[in-house]
Amino acid sequence: MTLETLFEQKNSARKISLKSVDEYPEAPVSLGTTLSNFTGDWRTFIPVIDDGKCVKCYICWKFCPEPAIYIREDGYVGIDYDYCKGCGICANECPTKAITMEKEEK
Amino acid sequence: MSGYEPIRKVISGNYAAAYAARDARVQVVAAYPITPQTSIIEKIAEFIANGEADIQYVPVESEHSAMAACIGASATGARAFTATSAQGLALMHEMLHWASGARLPIVMVDVNRAMAPPWSVWDDQTDSLAQRDTGWMQFYAENNQEVYDGVLMAFKVAEQVNLPAMVVESAFILSHTYDVVEMIPQKLVDEFLPPREPLYDLADFSRPFSVGALGTPDDYYEFRYKIARAMEDAVKVIRDVGKEFGERFGRDYGSMIELYRTEDADFVFLGLGSLMGTVKQAVDVLREEGYRVGAAKVRWFRPFPKRELYELAKTVDGIAVLDRNYSFGMEGILFTETKAALYGTDAHPLVRNYIVGLGGRDFTVKDIRNVASDMMKAMEGGETSEEILWYHLKRG
Repeated sequence: MTLETLFEQKNSARKISLKSVDEYPEAPVSLGTTLSNFTGDWRTFIPVIDDGKCVKCYICWKFCPEPAIYIREDGYVGIDYDYCKGCGICANECPTKAITMEKEEK
Repeated sequence: MSGYEPIRKVISGNYAAAYAARDARVQVVAAYPITPQTSIIEKIAEFIANGEADIQYVPVESEHSAMAACIGASATGARAFTATSAQGLALMHEMLHWASGARLPIVMVDVNRAMAPPWSVWDDQTDSLAQRDTGWMQFYAENNQEVYDGVLMAFKVAEQVNLPAMVVESAFILSHTYDVVEMIPQKLVDEFLPPREPLYDLADFSRPFSVGALGTPDDYYEFRYKIARAMEDAVKVIRDVGKEFGERFGRDYGSMIELYRTEDADFVFLGLGSLMGTVKQAVDVLREEGYRVGAAKVRWFRPFPKRELYELAKTVDGIAVLDRNYSFGMEGILFTETKAALYGTDAHPLVRNYIVGLGGRDFTVKDIRNVASDMMKAMEGGETSEEILWYHLKRG
């Protein structure tokens, strides 16, 4: 799947918000996938990348357990904040300290 | 009642359970042996070996796994069955919550057996009543016939409300005692109990989804409410299915509490399961002696028949609750439920608790007469024993 397809699918996925008990399914079954169920809202800290320090080694991309790090068209890395849980592994692994963890304002 | 020819056999309560599972066309059985349940699954294994039933039998290493296998099978839309007793049921406890939470209509026979220690294999209701809050419906059988009928009805009710159901019978008093059971020809069972229409089917690979995944504080609450409501709905379903069973097969289960000679009764004995057979016999004896007494047998303990109990309680001055079980730190479990159901209503009978028959101690007509005397004394305001009477206790 290309990045464009992923973003497209995410944007067009049905967003599920249940307002009344009658809208819930009778049994606790999943109604959609993580295309609509974003799991990135658990975090406290958010990774921020400084492209100036990035050497495109992709160690962060390899280590991200989600994975929420993708390789941009220009070769640098991007973070999909819809799924990033703020674990900080990328920042810890980055050999050039190009990723810093900042407190996220919500 | 339709004029059908029943298949009469002299069988044990356990065999009645096995025949009922076969006739219900269960598709998956996963079970682990434990006395006094074992002959249920042995009989089912025999049906499979003889080619009498097309059942997938899953051998497992524990009751916890037995219930887990039933959950997996049921989540793919199969009709699943298991059986256990006492320690085995306790080991299943976690999975019992899982079955009801995932809304799976599994049916299980629990052969009431006393919890150890001291080690015991005899009749006692504490094992099943301790599972009261797991979201399982509970049907208590008085005799082998009711074990057979109970399993068939349990499947029908469970599959309509999407909750699991337990059919409970007494250790040895029913499980290993032979009695005439009228079984129903397969064609008629099939008409009563059509194939299951599952709420969901995990094996539907065209629409992948997960079941029982994380429910955050924002969603969990609503799913609990759904279970509560399904259990409320089950009251009507149980009564309808019980009535339909009576119309089709001649044995009516349209009421959740069976009343026996309660009209004009001063007081009634209230209890669960096989001991109520003895109580009915005692009621006949006591009636001949001039006591105006009756028996009220609670067939379904979950959902609890609050309305029927209230209607009965309005007509009597006393209820002697016979508990073959005990909740330490409180009292007999049915006693608690009875008082809770009547609290705040305009029914105010004298309700007393008799702890009887724990661990299979015999509870006979003679004992019931003694309870009746105590009850009469209490109702006349005379000097009586404590409110919760450990009836059999050796007092030297």
